[in-house]
Parts: sequence; C-alpha cells; structure tokens
Amino acid sequence: MKWFQIRKKIGKESAKKEIPDGLWIKCTSCDEILYKKEVEKNLMVCSKCNFHFRVNSAFYKKLLLDEGSFTSFDENIQTADPLQFKGYVKKIEAARKESSLSEAVITGEAKIDGRDVEVAIMDFSFIGGSMGSVVGERVRRAIERASKQSLPLLTVNASGGARMHEGIFSLMQMAKTATALNKLKTPYISILTNPTTAGVLASYASLGDILIAEPGALIGFAGPRVIKQTIKKELPDGFQRAEFLLEHGLIDMIVSRKNLKDTIISLLSHLC
Amino acid sequence: MIKHLDFEKPIIELHERIEELKALNGNMSGIYQTELKKLNAKLVKIRKEIFSSLTPWQRVEMARHPNRPYTSDYVKFLFKDWTEIHGDRRFSDDNAIITGIGSLEGISFVVVGHEKGRKITEKVKRNFGSAHPEGYRKALRVMKLGGKFNLPIVCLVDTAGAYPGIGAEERGQALAIAENIKEIAVIPVPIIVIITGEGGSGGALAIGIGDRIYMQEFSVYSVISPEGCASIIFRNQEYKKEAAGYLKITAEELKKFQIIDGIISEPEGGAHSNHEEAAKLVGETILKLYQELKDIPRDDLIDKRIEKFSQMGVYIEG
Repeated sequence: MKWFQIRKKIGKESAKKEIPDGLWIKCTSCDEILYKKEVEKNLMVCSKCNFHFRVNSAFYKKLLLDEGSFTSFDENIQTADPLQFKGYVKKIEAARKESSLSEAVITGEAKIDGRDVEVAIMDFSFIGGSMGSVVGERVRRAIERASKQSLPLLTVNASGGARMHEGIFSLMQMAKTATALNKLKTPYISILTNPTTAGVLASYASLGDILIAEPGALIGFAGPRVIKQTIKKELPDGFQRAEFLLEHGLIDMIVSRKNLKDTIISLLSHLC
Repeated sequence: MIKHLDFEKPIIELHERIEELKALNGNMSGIYQTELKKLNAKLVKIRKEIFSSLTPWQRVEMARHPNRPYTSDYVKFLFKDWTEIHGDRRFSDDNAIITGIGSLEGISFVVVGHEKGRKITEKVKRNFGSAHPEGYRKALRVMKLGGKFNLPIVCLVDTAGAYPGIGAEERGQALAIAENIKEIAVIPVPIIVIITGEGGSGGALAIGIGDRIYMQEFSVYSVISPEGCASIIFRNQEYKKEAAGYLKITAEELKKFQIIDGIISEPEGGAHSNHEEAAKLVGETILKLYQELKDIPRDDLIDKRIEKFSQMGVYIEG
C-alpha cells in the first residue's frame, strides 16, 4: 500500500472507528489498535508491523544523547521575515506555540556514551521541519564548532524541504550548509527519519560519512505527488522509502529506533 | 514561427509595420521616410515602457521565453574551438546539461550549462533542460577537469528544476545535487555563474556555486516555481502571479538582497530579440569577472567562496 493511499484510508476509517482519547492509538501503517503506553515503551514503534511513528526532537534527544548532557546553542538566532511574505509572521508565531520550539532545529553539544559530539536535531512539528535562514545558520554553526573542536557531528533529519516563505534565502541555506562541510574532518553521521526530503536531503543531510535511515522513512528529492503528476504514472510500491534507497545503494543502513544509539556508539568508536 | 508573449504584441505589430514600410524601399519618398522615423521612435518608446514596467509574473514569462538564447547559443557566439565533453562515466550522457571547453578571447574556459532545446525533438532529447543525477555528475566531473588543468569555469543556469522522476530518485537526485554543491565549492579555479533564464531551485544551485553570481536582466532565480508555491501555500495554482511577486525572484531584488553580485543588461526587448547582442554582453561580463578573479591565490579563492555562501540568510540574533 502506498503512503498516500494509507493517508486516505486513515481519513475514512478514523471517522468510523471511535478511539477513546489518550489510552489507545492506531498504527498509521497496519491499522492495529495499540495500547498507547505499550507503544511509548516500544519507542513509538508499532509492535505488530514495526512502523516508526513520527517523534519530535525532544524524543531523539532523550533517545540518543546521554542524560542531561545536552547544551543548547544558538537559541538566540531567531526567525526574520526577509521577504515580508504574506502570513509568514503569523505562521511562525503559531508554530512556536504549537511546538514549544523556537525553530525547526535544535543544535548544541552533548555526550553519547561519554563521548563529546556536536548535534543538530530537526523537528518536523515546526512548519514541516522546513529549512529557512535560522535552520541553515544553526546547522552551519554546529558544523563549524565540530570542525574547530574536532568533534564528530550527528544530525537527525526530518524535513519537507526549504521554507518557501523565505524564498531565495532558503535555497541558499543548502549552499551554506553543504559548502561548510568541506571544513569538517571529523566523522559525520546523518540520520534520515520520516520524512527527509527536498532541500535538506539535497544538502547537508545527504553528505554524512555514514547515512542511516529509520525503517519505512520517506526519503527523496521530489515529493511523490509531484513525481506522479510529472510522469503521469503510478509509482512503484515502496518508492522513496528507506528500504528502496538501501536497495539502490543510496544509504548505508537501515536501523530500528531501539538499536539507533548502539549503532551510533559503535560507529563512532570505529571512526573517531 | 516566431513565438511572442502577450505583452510583446504592440512591439511585434509595430515591428511588422516598419518591415512593411521598408519593403516599399524602392520608391521611398520623403513621406515614407518621415513615417518610418516616427514608427522607429515609437518602437523605442513602447519597448521602454513595456520592459520597464514588467510584473514579476511577466518576468517569469521572459525568463521562460521560447526564443530565449540557450547555452548552445552562447557557446556558438562566444566560445571558439569548442569541444563538447560527454557523459558522467557512471550511467549515461544527460543532454539536459552541456559541458565542454572553448576559448573566449584566447582564454580557455570550461563551460557548463543547462540546455532546454529549441525544437520539439530537441526539447525531448534535452528533457526540457531538467537534468537527472547523471547530468549533475557530468557537470561536476568536467568542472573538476577545469580545476585540475587550471581552466576557469563558466556556469550558465537555465532550468525549471532538477527532474522529478523515478529514475532520478533511484540514482540519487538529492545526493547528486548535495555533492555538487559541496565539491564545486573547493574547485581551485575561478568560477563564474550566470543565471541566463530560469534559476529553478536545487537544479539551478547544483551548478550555481561560484565566486561571482550574475543574473541577466530578465532572468529569475527562485527556491520554487511560482506555480509550485501557489499550489503549496495557497492550495491553488491560479495564484501563480501573486506568488511570483511574493517570492521576490527578479534580478533587481536578488541584487538588493546581495544574493547575486551583478546584473547583465539585455538588448532592447530582451535577450530573445537579439541573441548575438545578448551573447556579446554576457561575454564582456565573463571577461571582466575573470580579470577580477584570475590572480587571487587559490586557497583564498576557496575560502572566500565558502565565506560568501556562509553569509547568506536573514535572521535576528538576539
């Protein structure tokens, strides 16, 4: 079943089936009704079909970084409205409220299994994890700190692409982040979660020494809808999913959430 | 048949009347001469009026004009002893991007540029200027050749965007673009980028990294097409004209934003009305920029190039 069909189906079914608030959730992929506490215990992964529910940056911080080790940087870099794009200021305000975040990425220093690392964790809940000037600059500074202090870099990516409301400035964040990576001589591990697409994938997210995807994650340059409209054909099953990319030799590995930290620790111990 | 845009109609009509009058050349009396002079003056005035007040959407139409000169035209008018280089040595030769070496005023340049194709069969061969990963990989390969043999590089950007298709995704479209951006940044020769038509998002940026970024007067450069923006933000492609305005994609606006370094003027009526003159103006700019860049030590050149892109973006630092 394709992702867009899945979506449609959910829309229809959720109207029919009433799920008591809070206690139960339904798997987006296999429709299984799951006890929420069990899913949470299972790192927001469906115990029946291994579907990885989308989680936020705070979740990854807890999952991957040593407890209490994270120091946030560059929170003071805040969104401007360079094009005075209609509705952008309001959109930013709403996103801040909804996500309790200042922008679509958090960056800083942390420890993983006692080892110092520079991290950038994106958050899809902030305008679809889109990359505007703030995301670009925070990521660039994280790369720069990693380069200067010879620390490994870890990015966790979740993004629909460039932030359209910042127009050409958003496009140039691809150039800013990707060119900055030339100075990084330490290991860079990039985690591609669901979804990592367009401008973020076509810049720093693809440039890791190691590329790890979460199972089932949508990873691609163009959105499936755009491709379908362009070629006027149905897309093959599993198109642009992590497994598809692995098969085509585009990523290094697919790692389940429960093994993610151990995999990173092991890789860093080899590479550092 | 020469195609023209709606707003060009008064110019085309006037032009036709002038041509008709000229056809009567044999028995041209004083009256005809005066009329001809009047019409020519009117043509200049109308052109100026129309082209100085184009809306953002009309500028998009200009950038996409079917008669606009393409990379092959600039090569024809500017670069002598042209040798085209084919293929990415990985998968295939992507005809949406032309790469090669040619000589401008005795200086050998590597030239890389999108090619949309003029006639329908050629457009299909060129995939309308929308490259697959192999196109970007070919571009990078040939640009590195420039780096190795100390040949300055000219990139001519004119694409609606990187191709969104199954094969493109299977072969890593995003990866190809990302690698180009990163690796072009450290090629140790002067790189001059000129947006000649449509600067379409990542597909443009993949050959858009350089020491100097210039735009032709009526080209546009954008993170997304106005149609795409309209359909995503306003849920309706009909808002493309408004979106073209909101996105701020014209050469003047991008110069003001310091995203580009300069603007290359176009002949009266736009580059499509006189390919040779358009090429001449582009050629002069390339030579001027090459003079500015050629003696900069290579390490400085690369540092400044990375620094240039690190400065781009607008945020509040509180």
